[in-house]
Amino acid sequence: MSEVAAPARAPSAASSADNILVAENISRRFGAFLAVNDVSLSVRRGSIHALIGPNGAGKTTCFNLLTKALPLTSGRISFNGTDISALRSANVARLGLVRSFQISATFPNLTLLENVRVALQATYGKAFHFWRSIAAVKDLNARANELLDQVGLAGSRDLMASDLSYGKKRALEIATTLALEPDLLLLDEPTAGMGHEDIEPITRLIRKVAEGRTVLLVEHNLSVVSTLCDRVTVLQHGQIIADGSYDTVSRDPLVRTAYMGEEDE
Amino acid sequence: MNKTLLIAAVALVAALIAPVYIYPVLLMTILCFAIFASSFNLLLGYAGLLSFGHAMFFGTSAYITGYILKTTSISLELALLGGMLVSTIMAALVGLLAIRRAGIQFAMITLAFSQFVYFVLLQASFTGGENGMQGIPRNALFGLIDVKDSFHFYYVVLAVSALALFLFYRIVNSPFGEILRAIKDKEPRVESLGMKPEQFKYLAFVLSASLAGLAGALKATVFQFATLTDASWPISGEVILMTLLGGLGTLSGPMFGAAIVVILNDELAGLGEWALIAQGVILLVVIVFFRRGFVGEIAALLAKWKKPAKSEAEVTA
Ligand SMILES: Nc1ncnc2c1ncn2[C@@H]1O[C@H](COP(=O)(O)OP(=O)(O)OP(=O)(O)O)[C@@H](O)[C@H]1O
Ligand SMILES: [Mg+2]
Repeated sequence: MSEVAAPARAPSAASSADNILVAENISRRFGAFLAVNDVSLSVRRGSIHALIGPNGAGKTTCFNLLTKALPLTSGRISFNGTDISALRSANVARLGLVRSFQISATFPNLTLLENVRVALQATYGKAFHFWRSIAAVKDLNARANELLDQVGLAGSRDLMASDLSYGKKRALEIATTLALEPDLLLLDEPTAGMGHEDIEPITRLIRKVAEGRTVLLVEHNLSVVSTLCDRVTVLQHGQIIADGSYDTVSRDPLVRTAYMGEEDE
Repeated sequence: MNKTLLIAAVALVAALIAPVYIYPVLLMTILCFAIFASSFNLLLGYAGLLSFGHAMFFGTSAYITGYILKTTSISLELALLGGMLVSTIMAALVGLLAIRRAGIQFAMITLAFSQFVYFVLLQASFTGGENGMQGIPRNALFGLIDVKDSFHFYYVVLAVSALALFLFYRIVNSPFGEILRAIKDKEPRVESLGMKPEQFKYLAFVLSASLAGLAGALKATVFQFATLTDASWPISGEVILMTLLGGLGTLSGPMFGAAIVVILNDELAGLGEWALIAQGVILLVVIVFFRRGFVGEIAALLAKWKKPAKSEAEVTA
């Protein structure tokens, strides 16, 4: 299972052109509490990058900041060379930085096909056409089916999303995000709450969707991290305590202390 | 799809012969409120926005249409459009302030605006204040067709209603309608997919107000008067009742709801204050026992009966 064209690892010396996402000194305060504290992070184009850390470390908050679902308290983020610090979430998504959520974010009362079609509509330019029949967007069905097929859900296209099992909801969510053809995909705990039988397929799926794009994922399952990721950033108490390859990071004494007792999760 | 068409066709035939048996003004009232309830349904049932002040669009449009007809010889359909246009512009302005608020805050802002509009209508000289605007003439349709007789006018109202309800159907079954449903389901996800939910909600609000305006304009031509009641809180409340009673987010529910409430009001008119109490009790019963409303419950029963194995989630579709 060797990496296909594993990128050369030279984290600190990398020129900014090689980094699709650069966050500089970003922080987020909730009242008196600093959930994300002066984090600087760069994500190399084409890599699969993991953001790990104990519960409450600030990983989801980081994702919220990077996608501008939450405003920054301070710091600066640039994506593909564009400063996105002041943009709103919808505009960030349109630039090609799209996320999934830790708590599954499908549209429960829409069918799978509609779920994906809604996402396809985002860039299709007919989303405000209230005078047209829904048939106007039926030409998106072929693409929607393709995306569902990619995640192995083509057979259930007419089911309501609420009827799916947990694992399949995650897969649907990935199909939905792929509809935007993101350059950078942020996945928040894609395997959380999954049984063993679901983890292997979702890992394969992530590897597949990572072809031709960059993936940053939060993941608790360290064996998934070690098989998938080129680079790992470790967060604790809102701060980065280690950054590097899985092997380097996992030998780091700070990380070992932070993960004490969580090793075999 | 075809079933909807069939039901619509049957309903249309029934509506065509109805005035032979039923008092046309009652039928026209039902049609006006069916449009009004549908406009409310678009907002609450499809966009998830609760307005406590929808009567402002209904009432204002009634007065504007009435004023146009009283002071000019403009043909009827243009007067209706005039009322509708003013409601639409009003919603475009109110929406700018209201739409970024969610839930109860949105409801309170719409209530505040409608109180303001009520006050303006009370004070303005053209409305006739407490007395209302009486003697609104039915100018000829297209400047040609005489519609002074209510029996004939019924068919005009029916045609306009059919058009309005088709428009409503078109909106909820459009690409835009699909996004609205997604927003109602999970708004933050829509934003994260690169769309700006408030823009969709804004458009839904304006469209809903246009339909409400059309309902009010028609009402003014049916009764040939407009009163402060048309713009008042009880009307805003009644349209909520109609929608919930019939079935929120169902296509035909609010139309049935409108019919039930209009007929009930007609039957209970002799009871005075008691009519309001009866309304309250009915609303309570519906909310407690028939949460999906009249049409919603029937659809649920049919679905259960047809495929007992399927889960509930299908029913609400
Ligand atoms: N909206 C908020 N308001 C206040 N505190 C918050 C908010 N969101 C997160 N926090 C706090 O910030 C800290 C970091 O939360 P975050 O969800 O980012 O952690 P996480 O690393 O994703 O944890 P987990 O692994 O459990 O998902 C937690 O202590 C949390 O309670
Ligand atoms: Mg988290």
